[in-house]
Amino acid sequence: MTRLLLRRGVGLALTLLAASLVVFVVLGVLPGDPASLMLGTAARADTLAALRHQLGLDQPAPLRYLLWLGGFLRGDLGLSFTYHVPVAGLIGARAAVTVPLAVLAIALSTLVAIPLGTLAASRRGRAADTVLMAASQLGMAAPNFWLGFLLILLFSMQLGWLPGGGFPGWNHGAWAALKALLLPAVALALPQAAILARVTRAAVLETLDQDYVRTALAKGLSETAALWRHALPNALVAVVTVLGLQFGYLLAGTVIIENTFALPGLGRLLFQAVTQRDLPVVQDLVVLLAGSVVVVNFAVDVLYVWLDPRLAGGERR
Amino acid sequence: MKPGQAQLAAGGALALVLVGMAALSLVWTPYPAEAIDVAHRLAAPSAAHLLGTDPFGRDELSMLMVGARTSLAIALVAVLAGAGAGIPLGALAAALGKWPEQALMRAADLAFAFPALLTAVMIAALAGPGTTNAMLAIGIFNIPVFARITRAAAKSVLEREFVTAARAIGRGEVSVLLRHVLPNVAPQLLVQASIQFALAIVADAGLAYVGLGTQPPEPSWGRMLADAQTYVFDRPGLAIYPGLAVTLAVLGFNLLGDGLRDRLDPRLRGRD
Amino acid sequence: MNRILALALAGALAASTAEAKDTLSLGMVLEPPHLDPTAGAAAAIREVTYANLYEGLVRIDAEGKVRPALAASWSVSPDGLTYTFRLHRNVTFQDGSPFDCSTVAFSYGRALTPDSVNAQKGLFEPIRSVTCPDPHTAVVELKRPTASFLFGMGWGDAVMVSPRSIAADKTHPIGTGPFRFVRWVRGDHIVLERWPGYWGKKPALKEITFRFITDPNAAATAMLSGALDAFPNFPAPEVLARLRADAKLRVVVGTTEGKTVLALNEAKKPFDDIRVRRALAMAIDRKGLIEAAMSGYGVPIGSHYVPTDPGYVDLTGVYPYDPARARALLAEAGVRPGTQIAITLPPPAYARRGGEVIAAYLAQVGITAKLVPVEWAQWLDTVFAHGDYDATVISHTEPRDLDIYARRHYYFHYHSAAYRALWEQYQRTTDPKQADVLLGELQRKLAHDEPNVFLFALPKLGVWNAKLHGLWHNSPIPANDVTGVSWGK
Repeated sequence: MTRLLLRRGVGLALTLLAASLVVFVVLGVLPGDPASLMLGTAARADTLAALRHQLGLDQPAPLRYLLWLGGFLRGDLGLSFTYHVPVAGLIGARAAVTVPLAVLAIALSTLVAIPLGTLAASRRGRAADTVLMAASQLGMAAPNFWLGFLLILLFSMQLGWLPGGGFPGWNHGAWAALKALLLPAVALALPQAAILARVTRAAVLETLDQDYVRTALAKGLSETAALWRHALPNALVAVVTVLGLQFGYLLAGTVIIENTFALPGLGRLLFQAVTQRDLPVVQDLVVLLAGSVVVVNFAVDVLYVWLDPRLAGGERR
Repeated sequence: MKPGQAQLAAGGALALVLVGMAALSLVWTPYPAEAIDVAHRLAAPSAAHLLGTDPFGRDELSMLMVGARTSLAIALVAVLAGAGAGIPLGALAAALGKWPEQALMRAADLAFAFPALLTAVMIAALAGPGTTNAMLAIGIFNIPVFARITRAAAKSVLEREFVTAARAIGRGEVSVLLRHVLPNVAPQLLVQASIQFALAIVADAGLAYVGLGTQPPEPSWGRMLADAQTYVFDRPGLAIYPGLAVTLAVLGFNLLGDGLRDRLDPRLRGRD
Repeated sequence: MNRILALALAGALAASTAEAKDTLSLGMVLEPPHLDPTAGAAAAIREVTYANLYEGLVRIDAEGKVRPALAASWSVSPDGLTYTFRLHRNVTFQDGSPFDCSTVAFSYGRALTPDSVNAQKGLFEPIRSVTCPDPHTAVVELKRPTASFLFGMGWGDAVMVSPRSIAADKTHPIGTGPFRFVRWVRGDHIVLERWPGYWGKKPALKEITFRFITDPNAAATAMLSGALDAFPNFPAPEVLARLRADAKLRVVVGTTEGKTVLALNEAKKPFDDIRVRRALAMAIDRKGLIEAAMSGYGVPIGSHYVPTDPGYVDLTGVYPYDPARARALLAEAGVRPGTQIAITLPPPAYARRGGEVIAAYLAQVGITAKLVPVEWAQWLDTVFAHGDYDATVISHTEPRDLDIYARRHYYFHYHSAAYRALWEQYQRTTDPKQADVLLGELQRKLAHDEPNVFLFALPKLGVWNAKLHGLWHNSPIPANDVTGVSWGK
């Protein structure tokens, strides 16, 4: 087990290193010069050269990569070309929007999905089950950015209950901030909840079908007790696993939803940094985002091994 | 009723309508989808324009029809590309084992680490946004998906007795893979392909929505949605139809996938 | 219904508190990258800092005229080579460092050093020297007479900066203006406050918040809810109707310096043929284009000059919309129906939407236009720096930039000895009347040669609270000058 984790850990580090190199190479061949973008159409050749020197763009690419890597490993993410402030601070400030948004979306989706999935399982084949499963099919199909827009249309433009975009910042009180995150979180959570409800339902049904549960039921265990004692813990594991696998989608969804709701999160920072050729920000951000996907996948793997040690043997072959 | 029949019927019907609309648009649309008519911009639905016109006076229904074609083409190419590269890689990894397997799977991890959107952002910055690049981004994202499934399924098949027997009578690895492994994992791959197809439609709409996908004047659902947003007070319908089209298309292929799974793979059968 | 009631209530509340109001919440689409206008081209830097935070020797006012700022007055020698500025006394920067002639020498000199990153280094290029006969007089000697010199010194790129604070101006700007920097929450807003130590007239406002909102719907919602007091450059013309319907808001359609053109690459066939360029000009209905792409906001132009600038001549009638004539001209020039051209489109909506409409118009005269959307970085690289394009939709936002057609190397490759001679003559002119005549001739020459298809002047779409006074209606240079803004009743 430890050996497996160690080996997977090394693999993970190598994956990230390769990812950072891929990103660096891609950024290196992007058309467009950050200096000319910053100085505009009236800029002269000497001015552009001076700015390139200031930005360190006149150094050879391998050296720039090593300098970046060295800094990154020491926790120094460098300076943003555009803002002239440390990238770490920029990313931190934007993460304060994106991370709560993602957490809120996950919380909402599980809070909705687990009870509904369990309900559907306990009413298997009856009207409630059919309606819930049909609704979940619809929920999985609707793109979250469109849902987001419909929510804005209804709750912000028509009813005026909630803000349709923008973020006041956490220093204006948690309530105002949460209000700004509520609609985007719902838009993100709905398709997620649809998937999780189905997963929950399947996991609950599977448990209820197991011989030991059947035996317990036959011996007089109530259906409710069977649900609480056996089915739900099982379903939770399934939900966590699927959440882990869906993490990449959630991340991509967050990036798009931030656009719909004009939220100053990591996604918008990424788009802005790419268009402004703010290379340090793009490099750091892409590596961190890709890293988070890799780490979450790794955590799911670990969880699997922990739950089912036989898999560890399977991996060693 | 046979397992999965309801889903197959509903999904098949939706998919058929979609494919039919796309096919019809090749030979006929009410208006040329790209024809601008400034005098009739933002017209409300009428007999002349069943779904009205957009801010440039283009016929919304015609654009939706051609948009279906764009969407299906992108999803098809992306899934075929992902499967075409992912299945051989996954099978190879399972058959070779040892370090080649490790290397291939770590490469899959690497590709998987970049959500399609990240890849698309990079490709768009590199080569400009467009239909081909949307196909490429979604296709790349699909490779590890197919590679992982094929590898896992192939490994379990490779351990079974009949494969050991085939090896014993001197069949080579490639022959074993083609004759025994692929037919066994095919149903699962088919199911996955239809799910990935549905995902590709959403991904394409998302990319176009943020400006990284199909570019004007070629109609695309995602972009129609993005373009309509600021006109929502003049014509809310313009922001509703394309979203509805995406939803129904995805619903269709998801149902098709569910139905196929129930029909083809009894072990994974749902209980409804 | 509820919403109308809520708005009415909000309106009533606002009315009761209006007298006490001395803050302003102002919306902008783009966030500035940093706050040093002498080290970057972004218009957003000026839209926060111009006149509010930094000042130059002279300034441009709401009508585009040159006015005194840190220089109380000035005189120009008859040969047009010596400018003598008399500086205000008792002026200090917001960090207490003094302003005098040595600051002028430092600021102008810095823009000209080899490691200068001033985006408009060209404005300073005519300067031979800056000398200080006494601390309150600055004498600027030029290498040659330059008619546009004083106007250029009124731009944001020519503001006065202090040697003591310049290193940190990007993130903690220090100027001589009436407002000083308070804080910047990146991605969201910047706050400035009234600075008690200002040398001149104190502004009415105590605090200004610049909020950055990219999404037009979010911007509209913020204006309607009163979360924003003003959005001087509203991004989406199609949303204005909704804002006009609200009585507590005022919509002001003004002009900018943005000359929107379909730029053509004359180094390439068939654009080297004047008949082709004229045919393209007659193939596009400017009214229809403005209607479809700009929801009707925007004024057609017939040359590279906007109606609000001095010496404007209306040349919009030179190439009227006439597809039949356009087809004939194309045939005459040997351009076959079905000829393909590529139109490169940078990100702004005027270009993306405009490109779609232009492609439809060109299709009617037998030209197939392929649209190539690009980011700014790519546009600057491929189109602007390397001239690698057929045609592009672009708005030239720099004020009075007729000089770009006189340059030997510019991305549309227009070469006319006659135009160049006219431009040089204009630059040497010191007589205002003669200058106006020459400006007219420059415009006519461009309309005659039609190096680019001149389309329309970008409008400045301003929206603000009806009680607010003193915001600029037009945009002669990029700025949100709030020094004269106040709340009325």
